[in-house]
Amino acid sequence: MAIWLNDSSKVIVQGITGSEGTKHTRRMVASGTNVVGGVNPRKAGTDVDGIPVFATVGEAMKETGADVSVVFVPPAFAKDAAIEAIDAQMPLLVVITEGIPVQDTAYFFAYSRESASTRIIGPNCPGIISPGKSNAGIIPADITKPGRIGLVSKSGTLTYQMMYELRDLGFSSCVGIGGDPIIGTTHIDCLRAFEEDDETDAIVMIGEIGGDAEERAADFIKSSVTKPVVGYVAGFTAPEGKTMGHAGAIVSGSSGTAAAKQEALEAVGVRVGKTPSETARLMRELVSAS
Amino acid sequence: MDLFEWQAKELFAKYGVPTTKQVVVTSVDEVRAAAEQLGAPVMVKAQVKTGGRGKAGGVKFAPSVDDAEAKARDILGMDIKGHTVRTILISEAADIGEEYYFSFLLDRGNRSYLAMCSAEGGMEIEQLAVEKPEALARIPVDPVVGVDEAKAREIAEKGGLPEVIRDQAVEVIVKLWDVFTGEEATLVEVNPLVRTPDDKVLALDGKVTLDDNADFRHRDVHDAYRDSAAADPLEARAKEKNLNYVKLDGEVGIIGNGAGLVMSTLDVVAYAGERHSGVRPANFLDIGGGASAEVMANGLEIILSDPSVRSVFVNVFGGITSCDAVANGIVSALSLLEGRGEELTKPLVVRLDGNNAEEGRRILSEADHRLVEQVDTMDGAAERAAELASSGSAA
Repeated sequence: MAIWLNDSSKVIVQGITGSEGTKHTRRMVASGTNVVGGVNPRKAGTDVDGIPVFATVGEAMKETGADVSVVFVPPAFAKDAAIEAIDAQMPLLVVITEGIPVQDTAYFFAYSRESASTRIIGPNCPGIISPGKSNAGIIPADITKPGRIGLVSKSGTLTYQMMYELRDLGFSSCVGIGGDPIIGTTHIDCLRAFEEDDETDAIVMIGEIGGDAEERAADFIKSSVTKPVVGYVAGFTAPEGKTMGHAGAIVSGSSGTAAAKQEALEAVGVRVGKTPSETARLMRELVSAS
Repeated sequence: MDLFEWQAKELFAKYGVPTTKQVVVTSVDEVRAAAEQLGAPVMVKAQVKTGGRGKAGGVKFAPSVDDAEAKARDILGMDIKGHTVRTILISEAADIGEEYYFSFLLDRGNRSYLAMCSAEGGMEIEQLAVEKPEALARIPVDPVVGVDEAKAREIAEKGGLPEVIRDQAVEVIVKLWDVFTGEEATLVEVNPLVRTPDDKVLALDGKVTLDDNADFRHRDVHDAYRDSAAADPLEARAKEKNLNYVKLDGEVGIIGNGAGLVMSTLDVVAYAGERHSGVRPANFLDIGGGASAEVMANGLEIILSDPSVRSVFVNVFGGITSCDAVANGIVSALSLLEGRGEELTKPLVVRLDGNNAEEGRRILSEADHRLVEQVDTMDGAAERAAELASSGSAA
């Protein structure tokens, strides 16, 4: 099963003809993803490595039966690209683009809620991979193998780091949900999906400073997650008022601190590692105990 | 980007939000002309991007022009919570009947917008939220639908703004929504929004945060309002080179790829520092998921020129970037810097993992640079970098 993405997923790429789009399309194909098309209204009718380019998302879906779209278009055009995919009722929309104005994201996310037929992952995220099955985004496919751990993280490279630490155990799905202030899929959405997924036995949740998503996730774990969860929070040493790379990673006053997040998670029985490697060790202990 | 009060009020005026007249000064010499132009009495207000200015003595009422000059002399150069007062706002002193609170902001939790409104203004919002939560109305705003007159009226009613000024308040709220969307803000706050004794509504103080990601659509405003005086010189240089750099106050320079990994690296170094005379990370620097040799060189240059840095930790997980490219980047960055005649003295601890890590490590081993040391794990490398910084092996 895995979550949201599996070996029957048919993927299209919005912005396939741009340099990033083409590069990552090739990587996705090389890792076994079924990329069935791309979208660029000005290059419809052409192809990229034999993958047909369509004028619109709707046309691409009609011709190929695509059910996942990965967006690589530049920030200024991302809102229109997302709205087009939502209008076409694309089931899964993975927005890789970094630097989208937050009012654009607020708009297309609210728009997606109205139609309620599209799940958005991102923006400013590395995407989702179900190792051995499919890879929608830019997560390197060769770090790890299929397994029974689910991973959710705001950060791309911390996702890779954790996949690497636990590469011998393997993962069902790994989701990079992105570091922007507004994101389409949250920690809670992923926790719920992993809880329901019969190919996932345990969950690693990686958070970072800013907002209260980790605290909300802790409440959700308490009420609705029976599978074991280990956690990690980045940014203990971040000073107040400074944005740490991700637009959403900012401590304001006493809210959004790593310590508060760790406390909230530990209060509901989640074991929280001080470093990525300690977190991996906690997961190993859990897995070997079961 | 957080704006100063004077900038926020300037934006308010641009959208027709009623506010007091104001003049911005940066020296005592300019105060007399400003106060005369506005007509005494005036308010003399320190411009710093932090709360609690009033309590710190940074906001004063001046009944006369002479007094305004004296007050400005006291306030200029004052330190308020680590912020030096470089700019003062001289504004008309309005008569205040009642004070209200109003804001539009990004609601991260609900992934939407929120309007907050209260008839009990004047105090800090954090304090209001704790002491009188029932008096603070929180009204969700749908980003697709926005705020029209009816929505503004709903907000004003729920916030308990009195009948007699409600029509005016509704008009002000609609205009503040225009500020929020027109300037692509993530926060527009008016505190206090006041009712004068003759029932006029005025925005007396404002706080606005603009979205840096929207810079490409608002270049003029962003450039005009950027506070280059307050920026750390290293941060300013890093920005010129498009590096994602934040200056911190420790001794271990940090370079990594990906915001999350770099944040994590700061933590791991701080933990290691606890065992090595308390050394701490000197900076945050994310060279991005697809780090090139050139970016590595620019990053190293900034960090090595920071006088408080005593050792450098380069922590890269090769995802999309392959580690051999990063290793080549480090080697060429060092020879580039040495080629400019710079005398390099600070040791570099490098940890490469992930995509093509073995090849990357081999490149560094072969280059055999006297300052570069490789450690295989993130924790081990942090330990070593902290140790080197605390032993002060650098000049």
